[in-house]
Amino acid sequence: MINRDQVLHVARLARLRLTDEEVERITVELGDILEHIDAIQALDLDDVEPTSHVAPLENVLRPDDPRESWDRDRVLEGAPDASDDGFRVPSPGG
Amino acid sequence: MSAELLELTAARAAERVRAGELSARELFETYRERAAGENLGAFLWVATEAPETSADAPLGGVPLAVKDLFCVEGVPTTAASRILEGHRPAYTATSVARLAKAGAPMLGKTNMDEFAMGSSNESSGFGPVTNPWDRERVPGGSSGGSAAAVAAGLAPWAIGTDTGGSIRQPASLCGLVGLKPTYGAVSRYGMIAFASSLDQAGPLTRDVRDAALLFGHMVGRDPCDSTSLDFPGELGEPSAERLDGIRFGVPANLTGDGVEPGVQQVFESTLATIEELGGEVERVDLPNADHGLSAYYLLAPAEASANLARYDGVRFGTRSGNGDLLSMYEDTRGDGFGDEVKRRIMLGTYALSSGYYDALYGKAQRVRTKIAEDFRTAFDRVDVIVTPTSPSVAFRLGERTGDPYAMYLSDYFTVPMSLAGIPALSLPGGLSEGLPVGVQLAGPAFSEGRLLDAAHALERAIGFDGSPARG
Repeated sequence: MINRDQVLHVARLARLRLTDEEVERITVELGDILEHIDAIQALDLDDVEPTSHVAPLENVLRPDDPRESWDRDRVLEGAPDASDDGFRVPSPGG
Repeated sequence: MSAELLELTAARAAERVRAGELSARELFETYRERAAGENLGAFLWVATEAPETSADAPLGGVPLAVKDLFCVEGVPTTAASRILEGHRPAYTATSVARLAKAGAPMLGKTNMDEFAMGSSNESSGFGPVTNPWDRERVPGGSSGGSAAAVAAGLAPWAIGTDTGGSIRQPASLCGLVGLKPTYGAVSRYGMIAFASSLDQAGPLTRDVRDAALLFGHMVGRDPCDSTSLDFPGELGEPSAERLDGIRFGVPANLTGDGVEPGVQQVFESTLATIEELGGEVERVDLPNADHGLSAYYLLAPAEASANLARYDGVRFGTRSGNGDLLSMYEDTRGDGFGDEVKRRIMLGTYALSSGYYDALYGKAQRVRTKIAEDFRTAFDRVDVIVTPTSPSVAFRLGERTGDPYAMYLSDYFTVPMSLAGIPALSLPGGLSEGLPVGVQLAGPAFSEGRLLDAAHALERAIGFDGSPARG
């Protein structure tokens, strides 16, 4: 149902570093879970509308009034690596 | 004094404080000492001092245990994940703020399954929680710390969150009342998101009256959560003693098969009690409910995979690695997330990935439509749907950790209501092998008042005794 290469591809999409042991284990576990879940693929539901949420709401609007934002220093306090005015990250270049 | 205090329900303690017969400070300090000295693993953080509370506040200063999923300004908040170790949010969740204002100040933050993903509290990044009814068993999850704390008398009451059963199942396993409200009844602002179309906050309490009191102060529209709604109608104090004229529907596929005999026995005796109280019990069909678990375990992980993208080592929490940006993301997430969270991120990313989106995610969304339709049809005939909350009593620590799907089966009876967005509560129905068994009552959207009233009548007739767990 799902093989090692697919697991590595999905881990890459999810930005997850997995150890070799994890890749092996997750391949087996996802295969087992998907085998159980797979039954719904056989259901004929083509003429059924999909549901993404159940709240009886659409287009909730509010007045576009400016308001105070959070204090920058307070927000930067929790960052693993903050500079004076922003979040610092490693270079994207490899 | 302390032993006597411990036997008061939260509502009675609030009455005593408001009548001037009990000091809110003494009440807080009694519970604070118990919470700080506990050995169940139920708390991740305990307040150091009693806050000032007005004696007139409706909730009387009765302290509240808060699941670590709720952000509280300046207070460690991790959702029991190592990736958020040391995180202190810049703001407070609406539910916590509303309850504090109403007179239920926060006693502490409770342990949980990491990011609310689990049914046993064993996926916590900070260690498991044990069930006060039997220290070798799990309290359920994901709100396991909140449930264990209330059951053991470490807190008078608690709030938790429920995405697919995370309030109801631990309430069942710990002998408590647990309510998952209608989707939208309670603001999600400040709740660390798991699956946004399913997550709801609700109370875990010793009895129905406490649940109604706490819930009544949680509801209402919040400008910070555009999916929240004003609760229509009144939420009074539950007072029913009879169930005359109320029709209860039993879905055949959500009882019987796969249910432990002792659980089924308590369930059947509850049905007999319903009839003794004048209620009518009949069979209803929820033909698609059996696909609920499959749909849930595609939709919830899919939403989670998007929600958890924010834990990337940039704005908060921990950071790992010393390579370039991409490897920093991968190392941070690989080191910071536990096994169950990784499993769900992988499952959800897979279900949303090119080539599988329609076959898995899209199909699950259509199943969700069918399940909601099933409930609407059933509620044309009955007022309340009744099932066991969990197929089993509390299981042993470690019993299901090696088999993820066996763990997921714990949620079989609770996920259909979550997918439909309808309210459901778990009420203690009795004991099996000395362990609590919960019965689930579900109703149409915003029928919480009626559910709590029916639960009140049943609670009186059942006479469940939760005191053994308070030791």
